[in-house]
Amino acid sequence: MTGLLSVIRQPWLWAWLGALAVWLATAAFTGGKGSGEVLSAAMTFGAFFVIVALGQMFVITLGPGNVDLSIPACMTLAGTVSMKAMDGASAMIPVGLALALVIGAGVGAVNYSLIRLLRIPPIIATLSSSFIFQSAAIWWNRGLRVKPPEALADFTTAKIAGIPVIALFVVALAVAGHFLMTRTIFGRGVVAIGQNMRAAHLAGVHVERIRAATYIMCATLAGLCGYLLSAFSGGAALNMGEEYLLSSIAVVVIGGTSVAGGFANVPGLWGASLFLFLLVTMLNTFGAGAGVRLVLTGLIIIGVIVAASSSKARA
Amino acid sequence: MKAQISPRLLRSMLPPLSLAALLIAIFWLQPRTMSYFGLNLLLNLAVPIALATIAQMFILCVNELDLSIGGFVSLVACITATWLHDTPLLGILALAGLIAAYAALGALIHSRNLPSIVVTLGMSFVWLGFAVLVLPTPGGKAPEFIRTLMTLKPAYVPFPIIASVVIALVVHVGLMRSAYGTVLRGAGGNPRSLERAGWSMLKIKMTMFAMAGFFGVLSGMALVGLTTSADANIALRYTLLSIAGVILGGGEFVGGRVSPIGAVIGAVTLALAGSFLSFLRLNPDWQIGAQGAILIIVLALRVLISRAEVAK
Repeated sequence: MTGLLSVIRQPWLWAWLGALAVWLATAAFTGGKGSGEVLSAAMTFGAFFVIVALGQMFVITLGPGNVDLSIPACMTLAGTVSMKAMDGASAMIPVGLALALVIGAGVGAVNYSLIRLLRIPPIIATLSSSFIFQSAAIWWNRGLRVKPPEALADFTTAKIAGIPVIALFVVALAVAGHFLMTRTIFGRGVVAIGQNMRAAHLAGVHVERIRAATYIMCATLAGLCGYLLSAFSGGAALNMGEEYLLSSIAVVVIGGTSVAGGFANVPGLWGASLFLFLLVTMLNTFGAGAGVRLVLTGLIIIGVIVAASSSKARA
Repeated sequence: MKAQISPRLLRSMLPPLSLAALLIAIFWLQPRTMSYFGLNLLLNLAVPIALATIAQMFILCVNELDLSIGGFVSLVACITATWLHDTPLLGILALAGLIAAYAALGALIHSRNLPSIVVTLGMSFVWLGFAVLVLPTPGGKAPEFIRTLMTLKPAYVPFPIIASVVIALVVHVGLMRSAYGTVLRGAGGNPRSLERAGWSMLKIKMTMFAMAGFFGVLSGMALVGLTTSADANIALRYTLLSIAGVILGGGEFVGGRVSPIGAVIGAVTLALAGSFLSFLRLNPDWQIGAQGAILIIVLALRVLISRAEVAK
């Protein structure tokens, strides 16, 4: 601990500062009215971002070219199948959860075997498999919206002292993720592979085993997110995963994780998730139309990445 | 099989063979498509997809990836159906500005050493946002000259076939046969040695991105010529289709190993895959999934072939 300097150097700091600045700007505009509700909403929606971003972070840390583009399709598939299986019955909640997790793990296993057997880049492997998963989701319930069990829906919207329960749950998940990344052989292996795959292999890291586990974990988290999100939004929708493709990558990068791999950062995930959600809220409050909102979101994401790359160059 | 076919030849024959197999299957399922009119109808929408695929190919050639091409083509379509139709001068300026923006994007990605996936993902938001601003509700009208061009009915050979062949040959001559084209492809193969030889990587990246922008613009214009009106989401699926098309056509993700002719063939194959599935009376739910499956099958075949290549 060398005090202030080490805090300023923390890669997650900028995401948190950005989130704070955007929230203050919104609060100033509305005169503080409803800013508590905004924060609570940000924690709920941010929680969903963090779940998928956690998995995506492990995948991206594996090194250049590693990214999972099948997250939206996996979320949709896990959401639709588990909602249909539960069919609104509270007794089926654990079954639905297990189903969503198994589907996620299955998606991850398919992705990894495509990468390994066909020796194709993960981008194209996860892209082509996502087409199939998306189709499977469409075919499974033909876009019908099955209501989630009430108890589960209540869980996703419940609050303790104004703080959404799901946010607390995801904070615990993030802490576990941080521990996994920094304190276990698996996590250190992921980072080592991202820094130099060959060196990691020579040092005795089980490269392929760890890569397989990473892809399976990422898809399993996507399955979990699909399950919770469809419970939260009153049923699975076929396009529910759409915005999570960009968001999962943007949150990871804005949060201070290196896109080139070999360096991960969990605290930044939360900061970046809050930042992204609050940013959209701010633009909404300012009365920006859909077009302006999209343009500014895109430009700000690029701006953050450019800024992050230049601060790294100086260090 | 008396003569051994070399795996290399087999590899380059894979895209046309898959296209031929698909065409034969379609003709067999629905013989009426084997006419001038039928082919015209089947292949019409392949032209804008082929152009977008060529755009993606230029980016892949320098080891980058463009996840914004779908949004970009949508924006071009919106501008074409509004400004280019109402005030041609403004429309031309806007489209030229978009190509310049693509070149600037290439410069930004190169000079800051940014990951192209993230930058272009961000740009996909920007393009879509502008498209919504230009054309908030579906509509607009295609300029007359584009409409005339896209609905040409030449004698004997349907227009989409002529257009695809012309696109493939022009890009093939430019990129594969010209001296500077070789340098551009070398930038994907070994950027460091190119820089040592005195070529500016910045210039090369900007050229490649500008070419991608140019073909993206052509794609959007061709699309509007066919659909006669535009909408901000009209071409979003082109992002994935274009990547898949390049790969189907024999392109690689790294190393500057691309093929313009293959890319056009890949795009046409993907466009036809949709028609093939509907002729099969396959559940429309599986339309997208079947495209993914076709992609995986072709990639698996390629792995088998390259194993044979190594074994030789």
